[in-house]
Amino acid sequence: MSKVIQIFSSRRTWAWPYVLFMLLFVVLPLILVGYYALTDINGQFTLRNFAKFFTHSEAIQTFLYSVMIAVFNTVICLLVGYPAAYVMAQEDFKTPKVMAMLFILPMWINFLLRTVATVELFNMLGLPLGEGALLFGLCYDYLPFMIYPIYNTLQKMDYSLVEAAQDLGANRWQSFWKVIVPLSMPGVYSGVVMVFMPTVSTFAIAELLTHNNIKLFGSLIQDYITTTDLLNYGAVLSLVLLIIIGLTSFFGDNDSEGEKGGMV
Amino acid sequence: MGKNPFIIEVNHVSKRFEDGKYALNDVSLQVKKGEFVTILGPSGCGKTTLLRCIAGFQVASSGDILLKGEDVTKTPPYERPVNTVFQKYALFPHLNVFNNVAFGLKLKKIAPDVIKKKVRRALKMANMTGYEERKVDTLSGGQQQRVAIARAIVNEPEVLLLDEPLSALDLKMRHDMQIELKELHEKLGITFIYVTHDQEEALTLSDRVVVMNEGKIKQIGTPTDIYNEPQNCFVADFIGESNILSGRMIRDRKVQFLGLEFDCIDEGFGEDVPVDVVIRPEDIYLWKVESQKSKVESDKGPDAASQADLDEEDRVPKGKFTKWYGTVQSCIFKGVHYEMRVLTPDGYEFLIQDYHEFLPGTEVGMLVKPEDIQIVKKEHYIYNYFDGEITKNGKVRFIDAEWEVMPQQIEGFEPGEKVQVRVPFRSIDLQDYEEEGTLSGEVHFILYKGNHYHLTIRTDEGHDIYVNTNDVWDDGDRVGIVIPAKEILISKADN
Repeated sequence: MSKVIQIFSSRRTWAWPYVLFMLLFVVLPLILVGYYALTDINGQFTLRNFAKFFTHSEAIQTFLYSVMIAVFNTVICLLVGYPAAYVMAQEDFKTPKVMAMLFILPMWINFLLRTVATVELFNMLGLPLGEGALLFGLCYDYLPFMIYPIYNTLQKMDYSLVEAAQDLGANRWQSFWKVIVPLSMPGVYSGVVMVFMPTVSTFAIAELLTHNNIKLFGSLIQDYITTTDLLNYGAVLSLVLLIIIGLTSFFGDNDSEGEKGGMV
Repeated sequence: MGKNPFIIEVNHVSKRFEDGKYALNDVSLQVKKGEFVTILGPSGCGKTTLLRCIAGFQVASSGDILLKGEDVTKTPPYERPVNTVFQKYALFPHLNVFNNVAFGLKLKKIAPDVIKKKVRRALKMANMTGYEERKVDTLSGGQQQRVAIARAIVNEPEVLLLDEPLSALDLKMRHDMQIELKELHEKLGITFIYVTHDQEEALTLSDRVVVMNEGKIKQIGTPTDIYNEPQNCFVADFIGESNILSGRMIRDRKVQFLGLEFDCIDEGFGEDVPVDVVIRPEDIYLWKVESQKSKVESDKGPDAASQADLDEEDRVPKGKFTKWYGTVQSCIFKGVHYEMRVLTPDGYEFLIQDYHEFLPGTEVGMLVKPEDIQIVKKEHYIYNYFDGEITKNGKVRFIDAEWEVMPQQIEGFEPGEKVQVRVPFRSIDLQDYEEEGTLSGEVHFILYKGNHYHLTIRTDEGHDIYVNTNDVWDDGDRVGIVIPAKEILISKADN
């Protein structure tokens, strides 16, 4: 009996379900992706799938286009989100909670439903669907992920640093660029990573908001994976995307302050 | 007209916050070029607000501030020729030591080689040579403080403002930094304005000390003035330790307290005027006496018995001093001296410091030299005065409450008539439970007057009531205020 208690009181025991979960749903799928990428349809080892990607101009172009869309989206989110976060973090701003609430409210609803609603909104207003609608939808979906990390770092920032800058002769503009912006960079990194990574691999939003006219890399992967004889090639594309995303997140984590940003 | 000798002039500056409370209430202060001025006071007294008004982080609600004769009341901080050393250093965490110090110079677009030279010199002044490339969060508290000082002085300001710069350091470090700051002040020759709540720091460092309380300046003077000649009970109580007693100025150079007459050196208070008497614990001489009984008759002049006692103790001054007697209650060794509490037969307690040990139970004689008796004007005496009004239901309304009085007290007054109300300090009862009082309030200030406590009670509506009591209360205690009906004295309003 005491042995059972001992087992259950050990912290290590409690970790097992999670380890099992991660093995099954994170590690195993990764191995499978790697396996399919390196084999042909008959299960024979091959590198032909990789070779195909580098000569497959449509895939490369879609990939570059997706990255471009993601970059645009990230920049727009940053330009819209930073001032919002800055205003919310001001000491004399009376209702940061209400503002935060308004920004977070759409996130209570599944993003697919939201996107469908956006499509309806565009139709109602008579606006054309397409690239513009796509960027709008992406920005609408991912803005909170940009605002929160920035808001968090700005809010935690010691205001006496701004006073110190002013004391040393910096006017408002200078103290903003020389103190506030550099100190909010951890939040900006987190925001950028959290917006950029999911945008590159997005596909549902693109399909809905462009009537399937614009294909993003995510859509491409989906197409290949659902086509049985091209599954292996789809695995290669997934792997490429994974590596790229891995590199971006590495770029974010590279800065040791990166963790300080964080989500709410 | 000669050149304006003052680098900073603060003229009738008040700062009121949104809730109507004053952080600064009509503060005026002049600082000469090159002076080391310390603003000293308990937390919340307005000292930091005053400094921030001078730095430009806060704008005075009224009054003006002049720097070198120029009105800067509304000038933003980045256009003032002052630099600040912040309480928590406020070093930029994203910059290394060099770039922190160079921050101000770079904004002025000074040539890089000049910046390098100036930063080196400032770091050398602050004893931080060799730390240029270090990240600021790898430095200790004392080192960060030095960098903060270097960052301020590198801009060659005319005035350096220091906001409790040493409060985050440990005791030893604080002492070292005090000496360094003093040396730095001499080397630079610029004006230092230093804010602290540490009286020892203020006395050690400054040319002049400004003592503040509740948004007002209580006294400005040299450290010795402030210590030896406090102008009011607050300063006497806040700076160092003191015995404060109620007394009466009989005439110039003659004061009465403890029921005895003492010679003193103060003049100009008038004749037969109530005053407070301040005696520092180290200014009272102590000697052993054999038996209390023979000395009950304390009087002036050498009576035979006490003279004999005095002869044994050469260190006690001889002469015609008024002496009084008591029994040692406690004795604590404080390192250099012993600290004794001595109780007199009529219930006055004295705090006395002496190099000699007097064990509890010892009967002792006490005397103080005339020049060590400091006379302070009484700020309020015996009665609280309030403006009141007779209510329709036969009560009196004052300090935002209605008080029961006896019918004969308001005879001859009409309901609604304005009256003056007097309540003796002694007659106010304080209750442990606020619900038991007609009003509730908080113990705001405590002064021990030898045989009783003089308390300032601040009511929730913000009125001050003075109370004399023998009960022990602590700062911040919540109390219920009761005034017995017969103690409320009503008279016609003056106008």
